[in-house]
Amino acid sequence: MGWLSAFFSWLGEFFGSPENWSGPGGIPMRLLEHLEFSALALVLAALIAVPLGLVIGHTGRGEVIVVVSANLARALPTLGLLVMFVLLLGAASIWPVIIPLVLLSVPPILVNTYEGIKGVDPELRDAAYGMGLRGGQVLLRVLVPVALPLILLGCRLSAIQVVATTTVAAYTGLGGLGRYVIDGFATKDYASVVGGSVLIVLFALVVQILFTLAQRVTVSPGVSQRLKVR
Amino acid sequence: MITFDAVTKRYPDGTVAVDRLSLEAPTGEITVLVGPSGCGKTTSLRMINRMIDASEGRILLDGEPVQGIDPPTLRRGIGYVIQQAGLFPHRKIVDNIATVPYLLGWDKKKARVRAMELLERVGLDPALAGRYPFQLSGGQQQRVGVARALAADPPVLLMDEPFSAVDPIVRTSLQDELLRLQAELNKTIVFVTHDIDEAIKLGDRVAVLRVGGTLAQVADPKTLLSEPADDFVREFLGHDRGIRRLQFVSTEGLRLRTDLTVEEGAERGTSESWQLVVDAEGRPLGWASGARPGELEPYGTFVPGRDSMRSALDAALLSPSGCAVAVDEQGKVVGVATREALDQALAEAADG
Ligand SMILES: Nc1ncnc2c1ncn2[C@@H]1O[C@H](COP(=O)(O)OP(=O)(O)O)[C@@H](O)[C@H]1O
Ligand SMILES: [Mg+2]
Repeated sequence: MGWLSAFFSWLGEFFGSPENWSGPGGIPMRLLEHLEFSALALVLAALIAVPLGLVIGHTGRGEVIVVVSANLARALPTLGLLVMFVLLLGAASIWPVIIPLVLLSVPPILVNTYEGIKGVDPELRDAAYGMGLRGGQVLLRVLVPVALPLILLGCRLSAIQVVATTTVAAYTGLGGLGRYVIDGFATKDYASVVGGSVLIVLFALVVQILFTLAQRVTVSPGVSQRLKVR
Repeated sequence: MITFDAVTKRYPDGTVAVDRLSLEAPTGEITVLVGPSGCGKTTSLRMINRMIDASEGRILLDGEPVQGIDPPTLRRGIGYVIQQAGLFPHRKIVDNIATVPYLLGWDKKKARVRAMELLERVGLDPALAGRYPFQLSGGQQQRVGVARALAADPPVLLMDEPFSAVDPIVRTSLQDELLRLQAELNKTIVFVTHDIDEAIKLGDRVAVLRVGGTLAQVADPKTLLSEPADDFVREFLGHDRGIRRLQFVSTEGLRLRTDLTVEEGAERGTSESWQLVVDAEGRPLGWASGARPGELEPYGTFVPGRDSMRSALDAALLSPSGCAVAVDEQGKVVGVATREALDQALAEAADG
């Protein structure tokens, strides 16, 4: 059990040292940076992808955009994209990192939003029009609430990806929790590597939990069918 | 009144679904469109609320061409019920019913009060108001679908095979419920079905369509059964057309015998081979025969005047005595229709 005790002693060393809890390199600061980059990238991606997915799914026009974006997401190497933007734009601001992060998180949201809207039972869509709802009302009052689980799934997939990729982005000199891992390897400071990894895992877990809660609050029980049939 | 004036629908792929259809659906009546699958019933119905636009001809709603009305506005004034109910899964039953009132900008409270009223109207427990559609049975969902269509009190109701997806027992009760509602509401209803029995039961007028979207015959059910226009209609009506016609023959004038009834314990002693044994309240218990003393045989009942000759005949066939028991609304025996009496009534029905 040598590795396990080593793991815990490194953890103790990392979380126990007071200098890790203050200053620009401290855990609170790094956490905040990580949150800032991830959240910014995710919000920007959602602002682009959700409306686009809604409109394409509802009108059936521009479906090629969804296909291309899905394929690009599979084809593009994350790290390569990051390095390319940093080389192109320099490392002076956060944008060389944010832009590729946004580009990477658009496809999962776009594809799932599109599929969610597209996949709504045609009978239901038909009934909505038959009641006298206009196109926009059908989309916002019926299709979106029914497709919401898939839309949120897309956002969650992107969020996980963004949290992970933000870690890698530390290679390009960006802050965030990735710093501990990358700098730790560089200086053979394994306490830092282990502590940083645990923080990243915890961070990702918290994001998952937040999304689960958001789903609970926003998705109608009639759609999630969480209620017992009485 | 809804008027089809030489209406044709040609789909982009060239299919002619409806071919120069001219038809009237009178105000306050149920007009049924019936015919085999693919004969253009749904297409015809959906052209009324412009879910589909006609290629040629005009559809008039009380004289006004629907083609000139903005579709959402038109639809808010026309109730629409479809096969799978099409309820909004994310909304509670009460809000589903209030869909059109909300769209029309009614006060939320007023819309909900109206929805609760309709929930009871269509025979549902008000406790269902707070549930979601997935928590209801198919038959209950269909009732909600009807309530939703009625919510804003539209004068016109379009129903596209609304009861085909539920089991036969539920279907019968939904049909009875619709007739009861219609007796109160007097809507102009266009009802689509492929089931000729349903058409005959519900329709004030029945329009039979043939594949290709042409009108074969339009008539009231009784006329349809007694005078089918051609072989297609005759075949579509089926072999038991004669029996079904009895549905429209009244039992009003049926001769009833009152001398075949005995109270429990007092049986035997007459020369008649069959006697109807009743309890102290006059409710039937069964048929007793001289051949098998002490045993009671099954019986069938009908309410004279209310039930049709078909019911009376059915009641007679249920019993080895061959007689139908006539009861009042409370189930008390008022007499017995013997074979001879039924025979005579059937002969009269066949004549006229
Ligand atoms: N959107 C469509 N495009 C092409 N043909 C159609 C379309 N909808 C229906 N049809 C055809 O039109 C005919 C009538 O269809 P429909 O009105 O649905 O019949 P019914 O309701 O009597 O079964 C059928 O032959 C059907 O295949
Ligand atoms: Mg149909």
